[in-house]
Amino acid sequence: MSVLKLGTDNFEEEVLKDNNKVLVDFYADWCGPCRMMSPIIDEIAEEKTGIKVGKVNVDDNQELAVKYNVMSIPTIMIFENGIPKKTFIGVTDKNEILEQLN
Amino acid sequence: MLYDVIIIGAGPAGISASLYTKRANLSTLILYFEKSSLEQANMIENYYGFENGIDGKSLYEIGIKQAKKLGVEVEKEELLKIEIDIKEGKNVFILTTTKKQYMAKAVIIATGTKKNKVKIKGVKNLEGKGISYCAICDGFFYRNQDVAVIGSGNYALSETNDLINIAKTVTILTNGEKAPEFRAENVNIITKPIEEIKGENKVEEVVFNDNSRLKTSGVFIAQGTAGSTEIAKKLGILLNGDKIVVNDKMETNIKGIYACGDCTGGILQVSTAVSKGTVAALSVIQYLKTQS
Repeated sequence: MSVLKLGTDNFEEEVLKDNNKVLVDFYADWCGPCRMMSPIIDEIAEEKTGIKVGKVNVDDNQELAVKYNVMSIPTIMIFENGIPKKTFIGVTDKNEILEQLN
Repeated sequence: MLYDVIIIGAGPAGISASLYTKRANLSTLILYFEKSSLEQANMIENYYGFENGIDGKSLYEIGIKQAKKLGVEVEKEELLKIEIDIKEGKNVFILTTTKKQYMAKAVIIATGTKKNKVKIKGVKNLEGKGISYCAICDGFFYRNQDVAVIGSGNYALSETNDLINIAKTVTILTNGEKAPEFRAENVNIITKPIEEIKGENKVEEVVFNDNSRLKTSGVFIAQGTAGSTEIAKKLGILLNGDKIVVNDKMETNIKGIYACGDCTGGILQVSTAVSKGTVAALSVIQYLKTQS
């Protein structure tokens, strides 16, 4: 599945109202480690066709970053029934994330 | 000058790597600063070729001499940061030390393990919740807020510099060390030893050993010099705990950056460091062939 662009306008609809697991990557364009994480997130989106994957640009969506206590990027969260169930901070191994999506 | 490869660390892994890259005609620079754990080893009796054993300091010094004799440039300079610049689709690395800036097509991290890790109560639990290891990455989240930097050396000052234009105030916490020479309008220095960093869901305050407190929104860890973990976190190199994750070619997840020796974990022996250094060098040689 392609990676969704998430923001304050569609976060509720796409993430919070979804009963399945949703993978969300909080990032910024100027953040070096985020650039390393980004292709890993893209790969997961391609491999895990049944799972919704989205990215939140924290520059454009500061409210979301504040709401979910994102204070370090990249931060990757897995939401389930609208609640963040698992958080990874910093560049994270793909398999570690995949394990939590199964 | 653009080096083919810059190696960080002059222990057995870094030096061994340099012997191979230099002999393959690659321009090679070694930057080192911290004491190698080899230098502090009393007697090495299980390393090939020394029937009476050899003391760590001698083996370490012979290694550096050997590299220099071959034409490897070896500089004792403290590394502050590595940045990536993409030129014509290729990664170029910019290394900033306290003295200069260097550029390289490939980097081998062979810094060993860090000796002065921060052991302050609360740090581990609040990582990512106000405890940060990268001012340039996370400073953004503390705009117009009060933050603290733990450390007293050049690396701590470099992190402070990245924060002073973003945060409202920056307090350098030396944790019992001598205060550094640093003056800026919104920077304070506290030298008292730290007891604990406290906070419910995120960092709220730093408690000192005399029970005084400092309210703060974020704490940036920059004690000692920038070790492999700090360098890796800033670049986005995958870590497993504080060890750099490499494959069997000693490649990290970033194209052009390799790691070997104790900073990659496993068996911490001279023989394994030499072996990993060799593999890293051969991989760099191969990588640069594909880049030209």
